[in-house]
Amino acid sequence: MRYKSMVAALAATVSMAFIGSVKAADVEVTHWWTSGGEAAAVAEFAKAFNATGHKWVDGAIAGSGDVARPIIISRILGGNPMGATQLNPGKDADDLVKAGLMLDLTELATKENWASILRPPSQLASCTIDGKVVCVPVNLHSDQWMWTNRKVFKDAGIEPPRNWNELVAAAPALQAKGIIPLAAAQGWPIRLLLSDIAVAVGGVPLKIKVFKERDPAAAGGPEMLKVFQAMDAARNMVDPKTMVPQWNEAVGLVISGKAAANVMGDWAGGEFQVAGMKAGEDYDCLPGLGLEAVLDTGGDVFYFPKNADPEVTKAQLEMASMMVSKEVQVAFNLKKGSLPMRADVDLAAANDCMKKGLAILADPTKVFPGEIQMVDRDTLNQIRDLYNNFFSDKSVTPEAALAEFADVIKNAPPL
Amino acid sequence: MNRPNPLFRNLNSKIASLPMVFIVLFVFVGGTFWTVAVSFTSVKTLPIFTPMEFYDAFVGIAQYQRLWRSARWMISIINLGIYGSLYTIFAFVIGFWLAVLMDQKIRLEGVFRTIYLYPFALSLIVTGHVWAWILNPAFGIEGTVRGMGWTSFSFDWLTNREMSIYAVVIAGLWQGTGLVMALMLAGLRGIDDEIWRAARIDGIPKWRTYIQVILPMMRPVLITTFVIVASGAVRVYDLVVALTQGGPGLSSQVPTIYVYETMFVGALAQGTAASSIMLLATAIILIPWVMVEFGKRKQG
Repeated sequence: MRYKSMVAALAATVSMAFIGSVKAADVEVTHWWTSGGEAAAVAEFAKAFNATGHKWVDGAIAGSGDVARPIIISRILGGNPMGATQLNPGKDADDLVKAGLMLDLTELATKENWASILRPPSQLASCTIDGKVVCVPVNLHSDQWMWTNRKVFKDAGIEPPRNWNELVAAAPALQAKGIIPLAAAQGWPIRLLLSDIAVAVGGVPLKIKVFKERDPAAAGGPEMLKVFQAMDAARNMVDPKTMVPQWNEAVGLVISGKAAANVMGDWAGGEFQVAGMKAGEDYDCLPGLGLEAVLDTGGDVFYFPKNADPEVTKAQLEMASMMVSKEVQVAFNLKKGSLPMRADVDLAAANDCMKKGLAILADPTKVFPGEIQMVDRDTLNQIRDLYNNFFSDKSVTPEAALAEFADVIKNAPPL
Repeated sequence: MNRPNPLFRNLNSKIASLPMVFIVLFVFVGGTFWTVAVSFTSVKTLPIFTPMEFYDAFVGIAQYQRLWRSARWMISIINLGIYGSLYTIFAFVIGFWLAVLMDQKIRLEGVFRTIYLYPFALSLIVTGHVWAWILNPAFGIEGTVRGMGWTSFSFDWLTNREMSIYAVVIAGLWQGTGLVMALMLAGLRGIDDEIWRAARIDGIPKWRTYIQVILPMMRPVLITTFVIVASGAVRVYDLVVALTQGGPGLSSQVPTIYVYETMFVGALAQGTAASSIMLLATAIILIPWVMVEFGKRKQG
């Protein structure tokens, strides 16, 4: 009796193993999407990938890109690669690609004709190194958004602001009512805030001149000084006691009405979505901080580090194809609050903010490359540190910060 | 008669220790030399190994120039000085004092010892998060005292850039003092009762006996404790990450965070330059001590 049941059990495991080994593979995916809206979006990817018969093994790294990037890069360098990983389009993985550690997707990209279905071309171009496609752009994000809670302003008897300057003007009245005028988070969100102010005040041509052309006269010139003076006004508006550790906590303060406004990329839209708020009614989103409606084309891309197991390689290619498919692009981006990579998808369900973003993207004069597409991460981190130090230490004058900024730009390695 | 070659004396034990010698030479010594060598190059992400690659990437002391120009590194070094000295001094003073109290043949000594030693069982990450809540101005001590009616009370070290590194010291002491106490208590218990009797007969007050007689006799324990505490202070990383994330601004950054963050985001050589400086600093502190300790033993 016991012998029989053992044989049955063995037979069952063997047949299970056969079913299992037909084509399925476990693919570990690392990313840093852990906030409410982000987790909902990544679940769409997992659902679609599991439907192909493979298994999405979620490797979320809590914190931020600043926490996740060293972990991801050291794992790939250390010979313990994951199946797929999120990174930003730009220079983060260039060295890894040149060392041949990433899967070449050129064949798939040619077969599915990515070059013509994915737009804008700059994104696929960032994924193409020496003529080889090495990553999949999955969405378009832009940093230059200001988010305001309408109810907070109405309750305080103030007209909801239409731009950054109106928020600065309204700040004292808000503070008198015990409301935080501008919610802010530590670390990279400060870089984002000050970079947004820089492009809203200084304009796109200055940004290109400083970051891409590395013009030393522009990087340390009077126009940049004006930018640092505007940043000075911003730091005087934020009480350090109200600063929170994570970007989504700052957005949460706006959602709950404890703060009036926040400056954050369009992924903050996903948080408002999860909270059940409606764009244009409950909250406003102001591209270019309402001053100059320009957007950068950042976003997220997925790289597929080379694995020894051919089954995994096959699954990686299927995942890459899944990520740019029509249905997944729509489902993922609606949850994420980002814009899809494809122009040929139905975006009837898109909210007001996404429509505003799409309209700006249609005008090439209002679009500029993201910072990480123009300089390397090391330089960007130095700028992040400089901005953070300037923002929290009021004894650093705009002039001193400008001199340091020009020095960082001067020492940035050529690309 | 042939005398056996001294090289082959104790041959078995020499063979047995070969793997260890190999590991020390290649992993520790080799790794150290490699780190220092890379710090003179412009390597960004991928490590290099061949002499030709080193020759191609050689940039002299450029990485060190950048290091000392960086405001973040300067803040980190100053913070390490503040944290290292305050943590070491207070851990010793408080730890010794607690050990002396424990040494008074008190009742329930085991219970108290456990209570003081418990924080050491927590990881620094947990310690950091706990203290982040305690020191949070809105929810922690400041919020509670204000809620009780003292509305002007202020204890905002975590969000105050002048004070944030001292908040790290407090959390570190809470975690580490118990260990110092336990080590010191072991040292105190090792003192012969005869010493106490002699001191009592001579009429020396108790506190003077502790400071002038017992403490010098505990020298080996003190040195061991110092090495443990000081190396823990130099290594501090997780506590800062959990407690302040190096903020507000850059005000509580420490060198270890700088090394880690530069090493794996495309500035490998910069990270190795920073760790070479750390190595040098540690060596400057340790070498005189090693020379005094081991040099003396040889003569005696």
